[in-house]
Amino acid sequence: MELQYWIWIAVGLSFSLYIGIAIWSRAGSTKEFYVAGGGVHPIANGMATAADWMSAASFISMAGIISFSGYDGSVYLMGWTGGYVLLALLLAPYLRKFGKFTVPDFIGDRYYSNTARSVAVFSALIVSFTYIAGQMRGVGVVFSRYLEVDIVTGVLIGMGIVLFYAVIGGMKGITYTQVAQYCVLIFAFMVPAIYISFLITGNLVPQLGFGGVDANGVYLLDKLDGLHKELGFHEYTSGSKSMFDVFCITMALMVGTAGLPHVIVRFFTVKKVSDARKSAGWALLFIAILYTTAPAIAVFSRTNLIETVSNKPYEHMPYWFEKWETTGLLGFKDKNKDGLIQYTADTATNELEVDADIMVMANPEIADLPNWVIALLAAGALAAALSTAAGLLLVISSAVSHDLLKKMVMPNISERGELIAARLAATGAVCLAGYFGINPPGFVAATVALAFGLAASSFFPVILLGIFSKRVNKEGAISGMLVGIFLMLFYMLKFKFGWFGGGTKADWWFGISPEGFGTIAMMANFFVTITVTSMTPAPLKEIQQLVENIRKP
Amino acid sequence: MSTSTHKNNAYWKKNIQYISILLSLWFTVSFGCGILFVEQLNSIQIGGFKLGFWFAQQGSIYGFVIIIFTYIYLMNRLDNKLNKDN
Repeated sequence: MELQYWIWIAVGLSFSLYIGIAIWSRAGSTKEFYVAGGGVHPIANGMATAADWMSAASFISMAGIISFSGYDGSVYLMGWTGGYVLLALLLAPYLRKFGKFTVPDFIGDRYYSNTARSVAVFSALIVSFTYIAGQMRGVGVVFSRYLEVDIVTGVLIGMGIVLFYAVIGGMKGITYTQVAQYCVLIFAFMVPAIYISFLITGNLVPQLGFGGVDANGVYLLDKLDGLHKELGFHEYTSGSKSMFDVFCITMALMVGTAGLPHVIVRFFTVKKVSDARKSAGWALLFIAILYTTAPAIAVFSRTNLIETVSNKPYEHMPYWFEKWETTGLLGFKDKNKDGLIQYTADTATNELEVDADIMVMANPEIADLPNWVIALLAAGALAAALSTAAGLLLVISSAVSHDLLKKMVMPNISERGELIAARLAATGAVCLAGYFGINPPGFVAATVALAFGLAASSFFPVILLGIFSKRVNKEGAISGMLVGIFLMLFYMLKFKFGWFGGGTKADWWFGISPEGFGTIAMMANFFVTITVTSMTPAPLKEIQQLVENIRKP
Repeated sequence: MSTSTHKNNAYWKKNIQYISILLSLWFTVSFGCGILFVEQLNSIQIGGFKLGFWFAQQGSIYGFVIIIFTYIYLMNRLDNKLNKDN
């Protein structure tokens, strides 16, 4: 059957599934809207968290990025999984025990202050908006690549679907669609991966094929190191970044993960404290399936790419080469006019430009898989983008209707009124996200790191201290959060956007990239919070009692 | 101090102890083996993998999963004990 038909069928079926789930899981109360009624099974919540967490970038781009950066790509693998250990051990069970709806809820109550609550709402909104714009863009890109509609139409279709199930179902609708989306995306990711692993190494498990041998009995990684050396790239299994920077980036991503409101809020949806721990474990297990496969795909496709193109005549390229050339993901310019493709690290002689996204997207064609696998990949990429967008949307709408409206502006608002406000806020947020998806501000890519840095430097320290110390008070927490956020913003604006005099790599403080600076800003937050606390009075007895209480199982 | 407060304090202390041990493992498999000592470990090759590289791209993630499930097991046991005592 024609590829386009397959794609419409896969996307159509998966979308009807999401809509069906949304109709079945209408939210009738604010508790259902914000935390799915608080009765989600830990395994279901683990799947939903995994889908929520793995965005279009994880699905489409990550393997490609690792493929080009080798060992340096490990920062994403460790950074985006290790945070779940922090969540399971340090945050999730206690926030569940606390038992409210949002992260600003916890910060506002624990630090008995609406100022602290406002700072938390402000941070939650910034973090979530920077993230969601990228997701809607991802939806548009996937639509335009696979379905041959333009990006604007793609974004509008995506908006329509998310709007439907997020506004009707709230967290309840989102949770159960995310469970379905996880199944779609992991199946779509694994089928080509298993196939390619078998093709190249004869091993059905990509994680093992990764360390396996090729048809000539040479270890794949050794071969790739050799090829890289020949072409002038740095060795695949060792890095080009400084060890200190790798350390800081990994730490910032881990702590940022643990501080992201749309991840934390997922743990409010389970029944009891022990379920919060369990679902963090399941979430990481489900995420690990994709995250341990991605570096294997990276190696398979990198080896395959180099062997297929390097010093081979352009006219002998397989058919997919030309196809991806027309999409702009591959580019060949015969600089020395010898008809051969020179692929090298030296930009003066290199003749091939490769976009990182191609490593996952072109996989089925490179491995000669049937059309339905390509269709599956399209549905998987859409599932990844939509599920993350929906999770973020909920954080934005609850920050507005619950934290701002109910807790600060109109404390007497009725349950019904709050539910209407939540739906309106969700609608507004979808429209805004869609606008940014259609007209992406140039800073989208640069600000993903900002979202992690901000979460690491604002939320993580004050939530952690709020649980593990009874002494930390509002003066400490507010000044710590403010110092953390503004230090992080300053560094990002200076080195990513050239504000405050700008600066180059040589000017980085202690050689830390903006991506890794969240680690420093987080330590500054800890330091300020603890210092200011030690100079101001301890919190009231009730607050100490509250802390005592969330520590009990 | 009542006995129930006493038990809760003991519970919390045990919890902190578990967390400290497991977090040091968390640090070791990722920052230790995958970053700080990656070069030393890379001199050891197991199958097709240099060990340090393997920790950075595979082993650390398996480690994280094991750490969380260990914590789930330990805390469930501790919770049951506390419930029985009360």
